[in-house]
Amino acid sequence: MWLWFHKLSTARHFYALATRLTPWLGWLAGISIAIGLYLGLVVAPIDYQQKDAYRIMFVHVPSAWMSMMIYTMMAVSGAIGLIWRIKLAHVACTAAATIGASFTLITLVTGSIWGKPMWGAWWAWDARLTSELILLFLYLGFIALESAIPDRTKGQKAGAILLLAGVVNIPIIHYSVLWWHTLHQTASVSKFGIPSIHISMLIPLLVMTFGFMLLFLTVLALRMRAMILETEYQSKWLRQLEESG
Amino acid sequence: MTRAFGALLKRDLTLVARTPGDYTTPVIFFVVCTTLFSFVAGKDIAVLKSIGPGVIWVSALLASMLSLEGLFRSDYEDGTLEQILTAPAPLPLIVLAKAFAHWISAGVPLLLISPILGILMNLDFHSTTILVVTIAISTPTFSLIGIFGAALVISQKKAGMLLSLLTLPLCVPILIFSVSAVSAAADQLPIGGHLMLLAAFFVFTLTLSPFGTAGALRIMLSN
Repeated sequence: MWLWFHKLSTARHFYALATRLTPWLGWLAGISIAIGLYLGLVVAPIDYQQKDAYRIMFVHVPSAWMSMMIYTMMAVSGAIGLIWRIKLAHVACTAAATIGASFTLITLVTGSIWGKPMWGAWWAWDARLTSELILLFLYLGFIALESAIPDRTKGQKAGAILLLAGVVNIPIIHYSVLWWHTLHQTASVSKFGIPSIHISMLIPLLVMTFGFMLLFLTVLALRMRAMILETEYQSKWLRQLEESG
Repeated sequence: MTRAFGALLKRDLTLVARTPGDYTTPVIFFVVCTTLFSFVAGKDIAVLKSIGPGVIWVSALLASMLSLEGLFRSDYEDGTLEQILTAPAPLPLIVLAKAFAHWISAGVPLLLISPILGILMNLDFHSTTILVVTIAISTPTFSLIGIFGAALVISQKKAGMLLSLLTLPLCVPILIFSVSAVSAAADQLPIGGHLMLLAAFFVFTLTLSPFGTAGALRIMLSN
């Protein structure tokens, strides 16, 4: 088991595995997102209060979960890279950053599209919205820092440290924003009653989340393969792979 | 160990004392920035009074960030930093000395000028006092968060924007609690909780930032 992990952490074995898995992941992602969309947009009943507008939740909520999960994954991966000096972990961080930022942006955009008919405003300085926006800034900061440092390895290590600082701060930022909201109650904003969600709405939500996760893995594998190709283009194993197939 | 701390502190402060621009520019920036907001708010005293603490706070935050960019610049360019790194004293302690020097040269001037800005913004005496107290607790926290950011962007020529992008999101909680404290003071509400949280942030960054910064410096200066 341990040996298998060790083997996987080398670019060569990861590349081979990722090449084999990508089509499977991609198709599975496509199928589950299609099923999730069908269940969410057609099968799930209309909400008695929000009518059809609530259906944007089936994209919004999974992307919000993904945006937070990807940041945590990046921080863990960055720590692994720093502690055990595994290059591939840093590559995973860099590859995941843009995807995470995209999910965060999707969350914000779908949220404000939903907010316009429900709240009557595109944006409210609500606790959740604000902390999601700050999460976007953290992603952008990471991407900007990495791209600003010409030496790639150095940039990735610096980025990993920034991620760790960010992950320590995220709970603090989140709760401070929450308290800020309660201290300055501007408008009574109704939110989803998540605990009391009906099963017919919960299932498409979970299917969509599963699909988004697979989509993330597919894109991550593609991007990591591209980055490995960029850095290892002179290596022997890659040439052998090219000649053989 | 304490000798290394004292020597570095003395050196940094001497360098700052000989270039007056280093400690006057942030103060001027602070005042100009606050003045700009008063034009935006118009002549309505009530509006000015309600946004006053926030405006002063954001300006103070930006002014501290402005002065951070050059924190490691000259030491990095002329190779002094590499020499400091080889010193027998622990690197986090050295970082702490630099952060302390930065606070004295950039934080304290802001602290001294802030009561005047409070008066300009029509804050009452009690709120102005609390404003000064929050700035006194939080500017060292800014220096500690900022030094971490400055270590990460050390090799950049024009690092100001990037540094702000990295560190400003991390400063959000401090901003929130400081402004809440001043607003609560204006409404005659208790403020002990806010001040204690600000102090907690300070202790928190004081414990973690020197180690994070030392790690970042080692990475950025490794070959």
